[in-house]
Amino acid sequence: MNFLPLWRYQNQLIDGAIVTLELTVIAALAGLVIGIAGAVALNGRIAPLRWLVRGYIELFRNTPSLIQIFIIFFVLPNFGLKLPAFESAAVALSLYFGAYSVEIIRAGLDSVPKNQIEAGQCLGLSGWQVFRHILLPPALRNAYPAVTSQFVLLLLGTSLASQVAADELFHVAGFIESRTYRSFEVYAVICAVYFAMAMSFKALFAVIGLAAFRWPRRR
Amino acid sequence: MRSFTLIDFVSLFAALRWTVALVALALAFGAPLALGLAMGRISRLAGLRWTMAACIQIVQSVPLLGLLFFFYFGMPVFLGIQVPALVAVTVAYTLYTAAFLGEIWRGGLEAVKQAQWEAGACLGLSAWQQFRHIIAPQALRLSLPPTVGFLVQLIKGTSLASILGFVELARAGQVVSAATFQPLLTYALVAAIYFALCLPLTLWSRSLEARLDGSR
Repeated sequence: MNFLPLWRYQNQLIDGAIVTLELTVIAALAGLVIGIAGAVALNGRIAPLRWLVRGYIELFRNTPSLIQIFIIFFVLPNFGLKLPAFESAAVALSLYFGAYSVEIIRAGLDSVPKNQIEAGQCLGLSGWQVFRHILLPPALRNAYPAVTSQFVLLLLGTSLASQVAADELFHVAGFIESRTYRSFEVYAVICAVYFAMAMSFKALFAVIGLAAFRWPRRR
Repeated sequence: MRSFTLIDFVSLFAALRWTVALVALALAFGAPLALGLAMGRISRLAGLRWTMAACIQIVQSVPLLGLLFFFYFGMPVFLGIQVPALVAVTVAYTLYTAAFLGEIWRGGLEAVKQAQWEAGACLGLSAWQQFRHIIAPQALRLSLPPTVGFLVQLIKGTSLASILGFVELARAGQVVSAATFQPLLTYALVAAIYFALCLPLTLWSRSLEARLDGSR
């Protein structure tokens, strides 16, 4: 076991970690937008739209992320849409994350009892005010733990982008391995980097959660 | 280049047996370990609780792909001998399964009220009898829906074994796609097979959840 040959590749490792973070944040933001839109559509009155969203959720939650990335990278060019590796992975991971966020956000919105909304309307609040002051705060608080743990899973899931040669952390690992032949050491270091990133995010989310959702939990 | 024939279709389904085998191995070794982790997590010994929590936390904070590569290249380093790839892959999937199922089952065990343990103690049951006859059956009911949900994650996760060269469903898809130049047809078929495998489990998990919700 010899970790020394890896020392000179630290810049590549840092670059790879930055690409991984970019991929994670892009997919998370796009996925949350999909999630909010999907949750609104699922609670809406247009039946065909509801079926469409349901179909999307089941399709993306019941097939492997790896196959989704392959389909977007290898199959879409047949239809004239040729995306580079990073963009393909970003689109695939956004759709994957989006499918999970729809359910999480919908569950968050549904967790607010109906009579609280009615109480707000009785007090003469406008539709926006009811949403902003009565529906949104508890919905956010209830959805928060699930969203953040899904975010960490997304961070770990971006490693699949290496399979279409997007130059994120795991792909960098393959590169360093091919230069140094220190396979075990390389992957041990890569696992440690992912571990550090995942734990940092968990700690960050815990602190944000404590600060943002401080109001009393029980009466 | 050749066209997509019945042979390709059959080879995809034949590869499915490796997907099933990986899931079976992961469950066979992972489930007992998960039970141990879950019991350790609710133990009275603080040291044991913390150790188990740390183990789970580590496995859950590393990508499954990283876990696979770590043991694929690491087993010879740890043991000093070459081991078959299947052993390394099984170890990785076992730890992955144990960490996630262990945490799910701990949730189930903790959801059973403390008074149930005390009631068992009052009836003169030993600690093991309390666990076996009073707590475990209730916890099992509670944690069945997320357990089935995790099974879906595991089936999807076996697709990563393709990256280490295992000819399971995803890898067979790559091979067929490369041989026939029909990525659209091949990957759509592979996705459809995974979907056909996972959707019933997802629906089952959801119906279990709905049924449990009503009974409480």
